[in-house]
Amino acid sequence: MTTLERTVGADVTRVEGRDKVTGAALYAYEYPVRDALYVWAVQSTVARGRVRAVEAGAALALPGVAAVLDSGNVQRLHPTDDPELCVLQSADVAYRGQIVAAVVADTYETACQAAALVRVEYDEQDHDVELRDHDPDAFVPETVNAGYPGLLETGDVDTAFATAPVTVDATYTTPSEHASPMEPHATIAVWDGDALTLYNADQGPWMTAATLAELFGLPPGGVRIVADHVGGGFGSKAVPRPPTVLAALAARAVSRPVKLAVTRQQMFSMVSYRTPTVQRVRLAAERDGRLTAISHNALQQSSRLTEYCEQTVASTRIMYAAPHRRTIHRLAQLDVPTPSWMRAPGEAPGMFALESAMDELSYALGMDPVELRVVNEPSVDPESGRPFSSRNLVACLREGAARFDWRRRDPAPGRRREGRWLLGTGVASGNYPVYTMPASATARAEPDGSFVVRIAAADIGTGARTVLTQVAADELGVPLDRVTLDIGRSVYGNAPMAGGSMGTGSWGWAVSKACRALTKRLDETSGAVPPGGLEQSADTTEDVRAQKDLARCSFGAQFAAVRVDAVTGQVRVDRLLGVFAAGRIINPRTTRSQLRGGMCMGLSMALHEMLEMDPRYGDFANHDFAGYHVAAHADVPDIEAYCLDEEDDELNPMGTKGVGELGIVGTAAAVANAVYHATGVRVRDLPVTLDRVRAGLPG
Amino acid sequence: MKPFAYERATAPDAAATLVTDTDDAMFLAGGTNLVDLMKLGVAEPTLLVDITGLPYDRIEHRADGGVLIGSLVSNSELSGDRGIRERFPAVSEAVLAGASGQLRTRATTGGNLLQRTRCAYFQDVTKACNKREPGSGCSALEGSHRDLAVIGTSDACVATHPSDMAVPMAALDAVVHLRRADGDSRAVPLTDFYLLPGDTPDRETVLQAGELITGVELPAPPAGAAMRYRKVRDRWSYAFALVSLAAVAATGPDGTLSEIRLALGAVAPRPWRAHEAERRLIGRRPTAETLREAARAEFASARPLPHNAFKIDLAVDLIADTVLDLVGGGGR
Repeated sequence: MTTLERTVGADVTRVEGRDKVTGAALYAYEYPVRDALYVWAVQSTVARGRVRAVEAGAALALPGVAAVLDSGNVQRLHPTDDPELCVLQSADVAYRGQIVAAVVADTYETACQAAALVRVEYDEQDHDVELRDHDPDAFVPETVNAGYPGLLETGDVDTAFATAPVTVDATYTTPSEHASPMEPHATIAVWDGDALTLYNADQGPWMTAATLAELFGLPPGGVRIVADHVGGGFGSKAVPRPPTVLAALAARAVSRPVKLAVTRQQMFSMVSYRTPTVQRVRLAAERDGRLTAISHNALQQSSRLTEYCEQTVASTRIMYAAPHRRTIHRLAQLDVPTPSWMRAPGEAPGMFALESAMDELSYALGMDPVELRVVNEPSVDPESGRPFSSRNLVACLREGAARFDWRRRDPAPGRRREGRWLLGTGVASGNYPVYTMPASATARAEPDGSFVVRIAAADIGTGARTVLTQVAADELGVPLDRVTLDIGRSVYGNAPMAGGSMGTGSWGWAVSKACRALTKRLDETSGAVPPGGLEQSADTTEDVRAQKDLARCSFGAQFAAVRVDAVTGQVRVDRLLGVFAAGRIINPRTTRSQLRGGMCMGLSMALHEMLEMDPRYGDFANHDFAGYHVAAHADVPDIEAYCLDEEDDELNPMGTKGVGELGIVGTAAAVANAVYHATGVRVRDLPVTLDRVRAGLPG
Repeated sequence: MKPFAYERATAPDAAATLVTDTDDAMFLAGGTNLVDLMKLGVAEPTLLVDITGLPYDRIEHRADGGVLIGSLVSNSELSGDRGIRERFPAVSEAVLAGASGQLRTRATTGGNLLQRTRCAYFQDVTKACNKREPGSGCSALEGSHRDLAVIGTSDACVATHPSDMAVPMAALDAVVHLRRADGDSRAVPLTDFYLLPGDTPDRETVLQAGELITGVELPAPPAGAAMRYRKVRDRWSYAFALVSLAAVAATGPDGTLSEIRLALGAVAPRPWRAHEAERRLIGRRPTAETLREAARAEFASARPLPHNAFKIDLAVDLIADTVLDLVGGGGR
């Protein structure tokens, strides 16, 4: 065999790129299915109460309507720990927008028309959907999302604040936000006897199959998920949401395949959103900038159905050294739609608060904000005392500062003007934990010299398929074009979702292990492949469990330059620069794309995204793309993302950390800090809209 | 979405007859707003009469410097027209500040004037809205209204007219040309074309049943005047205005304003011609103080709500800054 150039580390273009731009790549709703009917959900118009009656006569009278489903006539599901998935299992209404009925009809249009004719009568109860800082029912959960403790306390925080020469005490808020992937959620459900196939917009095919099998009382493997291509998810497709269950129920009820496409408007109440937060951050420091105490208290909301509490203060726990520390999550359960994971859940809103407060502290101290962060760099995880597998935050800050020409910056706020524009720059740190989950993969050699690797991974636009192909090709010692990566199907076995930035590490580990095993087999047969092919599977459960007990985290430094219109208060981001330490980079091209995409989302979080809860109705008043703003092209400057060389042998065989969410964390604070530097106006409530900026500008 | 019939009109009288003879029939041009509203169940026409084949698709520049813009001229065609760009640059700027390239290719001049408010409650059939369902109440008064109107409103409705294009047209004394169902024509000044909501926010224009917009006439712009459209919004493209302004201004040899026309967008149920501010400014020397005082006087009858009161100060600042810029007195 000739020596091959390794593909890991190479700028490989997306392997399915051509399929995507030519339309050959199939998304969930596009699979050809014969004799399908169409499902349209009827959503609750009350925020709390009970359905008294579903009057379906007018809908059923429409030609083409096959069924109107409600809690009285659909299949009973098996118990689950996610009540959100108990679709139409009870007449109770927990939030406005919850599915209370559904129409199945022969065309999409008829289903839509009939849904409008279904009359639902409610026994309505008073509701409360407003998250208030002093909510009397708010509580501190034992543990929060991803298993983090609800509360951690070390030392004597109150005394430290009372005696510190310099302190910051500020409250920051972030609004509800919506993942809003370009591909709205969609499902095609097909029953064949007791076997269910779902073509599903899905970040986690294997977990969805397992969850749905349990829900429908089927044996493991009784549900097959097909999710070959997924048009974004950002957490909203990480676990099955109610529309997927509804499609399966509907197909069962009419004994026909069904198609369900969630409309853009329906997306905002059906498929989760990011919780709003109210965060009080207190920092105490010596005059030299060293922190003596850190306190971070985050209030969030969940629905009455599910205790979902995001790990908003988790980043604060690992960022900076300080002897006295108190970090608390509080949760209020309200009559609101159920929030869930979205784009660095916890880290993104939490780090907006912490990194804004660090900027405020830098002004209170009269100290450079980069240096302030450097002097507070811990040598071990400040909370647990565990060593880090690698930690290069300081190197990111230094490299970013050099590239941004930070040393020439005058820290005084509101001093630089260019015509009508006020100019400013800001910095913030970012981080994201390294999660690794067990996965299994199969590598197969074909007699013609090609290889097929199968794993139930999902490529939601990240480049996962490409990166895994690179990992496989290198392990097999063959060129890229000899390897096909089959992903997106639950039948390929246990694999985690595309979420928590853990895909490449977790899937790659299994792919690498399976390919290594296959290579060994091929060595034994001297390369001979029998007519039926040669196959090796691998599972990483034991490998992942055997990992050392270390703190594992990626880090980044974000720099922003903004201009603010002195007349109108409009903010324009001129430049975003991020430097990241995320282990070994398998594919610089897709990595840059991920990081820049994340920074884009951070910019959008800083300036645009906000769901507006309507307290009387109990849902989000803005529920389309005219009312819910995400950054448009014109808002996004050229974004620079650089990765440091970081070697870390305590991660996985590839030496990678995730890059999916790291780019989001800290961006919003860097932008808000730059707005302060430009104007002298500290906006502590996201998004930084022009009315909020104007409120602080001299009249 | 309700099923509906579709007819393609080949002549104006046939189009009018089709619409007047059928209950709940509507004209269809670009469809960029109407079709959305049909999908949302807000508009439920039984018949759509496609008028895109009618002969109202020309821009006729006149020797006197005026122009007649056919109602079916697309937004992209209008914004790119050389004569419009040279003599009415604020119109071109306004059209380009709205929607997206794709939408502007479909959207028409007449349709732009007739687009409906983007108030979230108007577009959500599960919620009360006096404009959509008279008598049901206004959800915006105590709800989401940051984007909505501060002046010209009523207790029944605080919706804004969303058009950018109509704002400079209002400043330029545009006249809307109409064809009645019986074939007679009439012309209505743009500012009179729209009705304020009062107790009947469902009635938005003076259009009668079967009446069709055939064109918009812009008289020659004032000699020697400069004009500009400025749009303030939450993102730099593809967003409706929070406040927009079309300003036309000229100063005489003594430095006083010999010409001043101001129209505001996104503050009122119609493009808001600021007559009171103009009255106070004409013949005056344009200083920041004079301009602000005049602009503030325009809002004497404003009825701001808690979340949109900022629009008044913003409009005042925008007027002062833009006019100073236009007459060269910026001095910043």
